[in-house]
Amino acid sequence: MTSTRIRGGRVIDPSQGIDTVADLVLQDGKVVSIGTSSAAADIEIDATDMIVCPGLIDMHVSLREPGFEEDETIATGAAAALAGGITSVACMPDTQPVVDNRAAAEFIILQAGRAGLANVFPLGAVTKDCNGEELAEIGQLVEAGVVAFSDATRPLANAEIMRRALEYCGMFNRPIFNHPAVPELVHGGVMHEDYVSTELGLRGMPAAAEDISVGRDIALAKVTGGRVHLQTISSLGSIDQIRRAKAAGLRVTAEISPHNFTLMDERLRTFNSNYKVDPPLRTADHLAACIEGLQDGTIDAICSDHQPYAPEKKSRELNLVPFGVSGLETLLPISIASLIEPGHLDWPQLIGKLTNGPANILGIPKGTLATGAEADVTIIDPQVEWTIDATQFRSRGHNTPFDGWKVRGRARTVLVAGVVVYEV
Amino acid sequence: MNFVTDTDNSIKKRWTKRHLLGLEYLSADEITMILDQAAEFKRLAEQGETKLGLLRGTVVANLFFEPSTRTRTSFGLAAKRLSADTVEFSAAGSSLVKGETFIDTARNIEAMGVDQVVVRHSTPGAPHLLAQNLNTSVLNAGDGTHEHPTQALLDIFTIREHRGTLQGLTVALVGDISHSRVARSNIWGLTKLGARVIVCGPATLIPQHVEKLGVEVATNLDKILPELDCINLLRIQFERQRSGLFPSIAEYAHLFGMNGERLKTAKDDVMILAPGPINRGVEITPDVADGGHSVILDQVTNGLLIRMACLYLLNPKNSP
Repeated sequence: MTSTRIRGGRVIDPSQGIDTVADLVLQDGKVVSIGTSSAAADIEIDATDMIVCPGLIDMHVSLREPGFEEDETIATGAAAALAGGITSVACMPDTQPVVDNRAAAEFIILQAGRAGLANVFPLGAVTKDCNGEELAEIGQLVEAGVVAFSDATRPLANAEIMRRALEYCGMFNRPIFNHPAVPELVHGGVMHEDYVSTELGLRGMPAAAEDISVGRDIALAKVTGGRVHLQTISSLGSIDQIRRAKAAGLRVTAEISPHNFTLMDERLRTFNSNYKVDPPLRTADHLAACIEGLQDGTIDAICSDHQPYAPEKKSRELNLVPFGVSGLETLLPISIASLIEPGHLDWPQLIGKLTNGPANILGIPKGTLATGAEADVTIIDPQVEWTIDATQFRSRGHNTPFDGWKVRGRARTVLVAGVVVYEV
Repeated sequence: MNFVTDTDNSIKKRWTKRHLLGLEYLSADEITMILDQAAEFKRLAEQGETKLGLLRGTVVANLFFEPSTRTRTSFGLAAKRLSADTVEFSAAGSSLVKGETFIDTARNIEAMGVDQVVVRHSTPGAPHLLAQNLNTSVLNAGDGTHEHPTQALLDIFTIREHRGTLQGLTVALVGDISHSRVARSNIWGLTKLGARVIVCGPATLIPQHVEKLGVEVATNLDKILPELDCINLLRIQFERQRSGLFPSIAEYAHLFGMNGERLKTAKDDVMILAPGPINRGVEITPDVADGGHSVILDQVTNGLLIRMACLYLLNPKNSP
């Protein structure tokens, strides 16, 4: 019987509408109470001036194992998650082999258990080999522990497959996560299509490619009654459509990554490959729409879209480098810098996008400090100033556009199932 | 042999840039300095001083990661005219084939004692990547669909030579603007020197928001033709295109090709330029290419002088 008392912090739990200075008491890995506690605990953690919240959840992470261990392993990715204040991650199925069968899903769960760090929830592939042609063994993947389905960075291009996937997944009440893009419109693209792409001579990806795909998925959500989750949205047109779909009561959810609400396409003028992301960095009007979507609840969750790559893969010519940033360790500080500091969101709103928002979409019993819940807790020091240093990342991927950024706020202490697993 | 070892070096004294990555990154004054230096080399050449000793003891590496005949030859010859030693590199048959990265290849060549690197690459920004990773001076000899500064400089030099100034001239860039590095460099250079620039071509070959670069857009060549002082006919980049950007070559030639008939509606002293290689019968018919308005071969000659000027001004050694 181990008890822990986290004393005097600002406890924020959007799942229960709690924002109060209180003690959080944990026992045997579960949440016992939020309030004033005078009973002695085995472990005392002083959280004065800190934010105490449910462990953060990152619903869009690539852990690369099996198959691409030079980029990341489940253990290094899970360690990076903890360093970022994240206690649970949902990982993409585009490993080698692809998570399109029970054994592959079970391997990930096994490796995550061995690592013993953050909780890892595997996503299964929608289609075999993520090739967009034939449905994967969705039912067996659910039995193996997969929480949702996605072909990762490969858009589900075939509308008929998307429709059937939504219908089939409906049997298990699991969502389909789609990366919205019309492949033929973004083919060969390196960045957002606009003035800067014209100036640089880099092939662009029009926002319309995302808008069209989002529109199609909303139409299919309506026709099937299925759950569509739109991954890493970035365009004004998408956000408008999602807002209307939600108002119409459709089961549509959306997520966004910090780089897409923080950085603009102009960054590509440096030709630095760390700005090559998919969806691409867009322009001011799209960024403003993203902020608005976060404010009014159109966007449910903030995810890192963690795409770690070994250095040799990112230090090449722009058209040869893969898309993506190593995001786990910058998810929280960049969200604070771009959303809290300018006053776009308040703390409960931000914490909601990082806890119960993703938990609800993934359908996992996380992201809450309700009595009896597993005691995953993140203690954030909102004032500490520090400099992001990619060489200090736990992740094997040091590919970040935020290297050298001076930021304020980071996770100070992280508990998983009541045990302190990370401390600055 | 009697080498000329110095020219009037006042331009070199004023020059401060280490790399030539594109005309976007040069001021009007810097562009003019290169043109003036090239004019000085032309004057010396006309006096019979074809071999100058200005870069003696330095090494210029020509790193061509993409096929090229005239730019490569022009740079090689320019270096030799300045008495530099040259190293030639092409991607085919190199360690790139064995999987070595482009940066490592360049670093290895630099480690052999190279003072200047001339780079041609199919990816926009590749010379910027080298500038960030090498210690030597980097000259962009064309990076994908981004910039081709020396081509634009020689185009501008040729126009200035004939007209004395760029100020107030109307120059049309005709053809595939989207896939043309020559167009982008020309736009930067021409507008900085005061020319009015019109880009003209099929709407599918004109990139979005190009007017923000300070140019006008036209899709009907015949309409703008009478206003033009110079017409730069860009090559249709068959190798860079996605299919289906225009219906047929015949239709392109019909709407945008420069032929004798069309030329009749242009100004009497209109100049016809083409960066080459030209597709005869597509962008330009032979009677125009070889006719009195064409300055295509002047461009080639001037290219050598422009590249000499760039190599000389940017070479880190032999600074006055």
